[in-house]
Amino acid sequence: MRRSPTSESLWMRALLMAVGLGFMAVLVLLPMAAVFAEAFRHGWVAYRNALEDPLALAAVRLTLLVAAIAVPLNVVFGLAASWAIAKFDFIGKRLLITFIDLPFSVSPVISGLIYVLLFGSGSLLGDWLSDHDVQIIFAVPGLVIATMFVTFPFVARELIPLMEEQGTEEEEAAIMLGANGWRTFFSVTLPNIKWGLLYGVLLCNARAMGEFGAVSVVSGHIRGLTNTIPLHVEILYNEYNFVAAFAVASILTLLAVVTLLLKSLIEFKFAPEIRAQKG
Amino acid sequence: MTSILATALYKLKKPSIIPGFGLTLAFTLFYLGVIVIIPLSGLFVTAATLNAAQFWQAVTSERVLHAYKISFGLSLAAALINCFFGLILAWILARYRFPFKKIIDAMVDLPFALPTAVAGIALTALYAPHGWVGRYLEPLGIKIAFTPLGILIALLFVGLPFIVRTVEPILQDADRELEEAAISLGATRWQTFCRVIFPGIVPALLTGFAMAFARGLGEYGSVIFIAGNIPKLSEIVPLVIVIKLEQYDYAGATAIACVMLVASFVLLFLINWLQKYRSITSGWKGKA
Repeated sequence: MRRSPTSESLWMRALLMAVGLGFMAVLVLLPMAAVFAEAFRHGWVAYRNALEDPLALAAVRLTLLVAAIAVPLNVVFGLAASWAIAKFDFIGKRLLITFIDLPFSVSPVISGLIYVLLFGSGSLLGDWLSDHDVQIIFAVPGLVIATMFVTFPFVARELIPLMEEQGTEEEEAAIMLGANGWRTFFSVTLPNIKWGLLYGVLLCNARAMGEFGAVSVVSGHIRGLTNTIPLHVEILYNEYNFVAAFAVASILTLLAVVTLLLKSLIEFKFAPEIRAQKG
Repeated sequence: MTSILATALYKLKKPSIIPGFGLTLAFTLFYLGVIVIIPLSGLFVTAATLNAAQFWQAVTSERVLHAYKISFGLSLAAALINCFFGLILAWILARYRFPFKKIIDAMVDLPFALPTAVAGIALTALYAPHGWVGRYLEPLGIKIAFTPLGILIALLFVGLPFIVRTVEPILQDADRELEEAAISLGATRWQTFCRVIFPGIVPALLTGFAMAFARGLGEYGSVIFIAGNIPKLSEIVPLVIVIKLEQYDYAGATAIACVMLVASFVLLFLINWLQKYRSITSGWKGKA
């Protein structure tokens, strides 16, 4: 078979494939395999015992709770922000988008630190809160807020470009035909953005459940109380309880893999529909 | 008079029959203010309570200077190495057909989706002296875990998707006719790559590089397990901040955080500028 003039020779292709896929396999796939290998090192029973530990279960419950609060709030925010930004033309729009993206460029450690400074003892707000017996830092509210910060841009960033591409004509038509704002949103806009929204929620949720740095700074590491799954992994690991650490880590790895597979499934299966939505 | 006001308002916001602008913008600004702006500005307010000498002392102590060197140097090295391998990976994903391509393509995002703590312990297990990879490197005298090389590996891991994901779409949408023209005018494949294809992907590559570099500077979870965290040798800046916090040295932690935050803002503006630049230069645009 003659090769097309715009592709490389067979040797070159083989070399590029070997280098690219080799790098990817060693750097990305091998660590994932290592998690499961270490988790099952002492067999299925040890694996199950590690997951049935009451402290592990408490960590799972706490992570689910934190995600259940942070993700929906960021979804509401993402919808509101993308509606305001994509459906209207106003001064300062680009600046607003830059501000929304800010949390992505802040180190997780600093994301936690800012809340320690704001609510911790010694700050104005912190002293007032402790006088009223409200604890935010080293307690669940701090975990939720820090998680909200690091997952803040996910939904908005997914929706803004999508809704900007779709324009405003369909909404304008709906309004002209007598629908009110909510009706327009639920029957016109939402069906148009549902895949983008789902995509954003998936990524937001994965990050919310997996966040380590920011949560680690505000948590105080109180076992059974302020330990999310990633923090629990760290404690187990630092106690040299490797099988348990990797067993708990394997849940998070599964979560990541399922998230990615769902994401590509959406892209693959609904590609024509998504392309149509992008107009 | 009213017409001047009307023009001013028009400039501020174009009129629209779609409702909900006030409500959604107000909610957006409120939520952004409470979650992001107020807490972030709190950092600078706290830093402002330090006098100049204290601030300077906190951000230039010997241990911190070493940490800057390690964080900036290794993030830079990792981003550069990733540019090379990421470009190759983006190339084969965009242009070649091979089995399991969809799955491999999806797995490129694993470093985004995998919690950093999990990545950290997994990489440590691999590269520790008795790990799957470490055991073969140990006899050669190469130590990766608990040395700066380990930090490099972790930063390579977290940075890879940035390069692939910014370059891949450009390669996919690239106009192949330009390449055909180059070939038909007598260029070799390598010349075509260097003179026709590569200039087109430079802006995207730079964007990915800046993103990977910025991410590397702030990375914490995947690094601390593999780094060994020996002061002045393998201690990254985010860890120094955490250590200061644990010692209740809030002022010191804040000062260093300010320096890092300013560095990442500079990178953020660079990235935004690059993206703007990319949208202006239309020489290498998609099929549209």
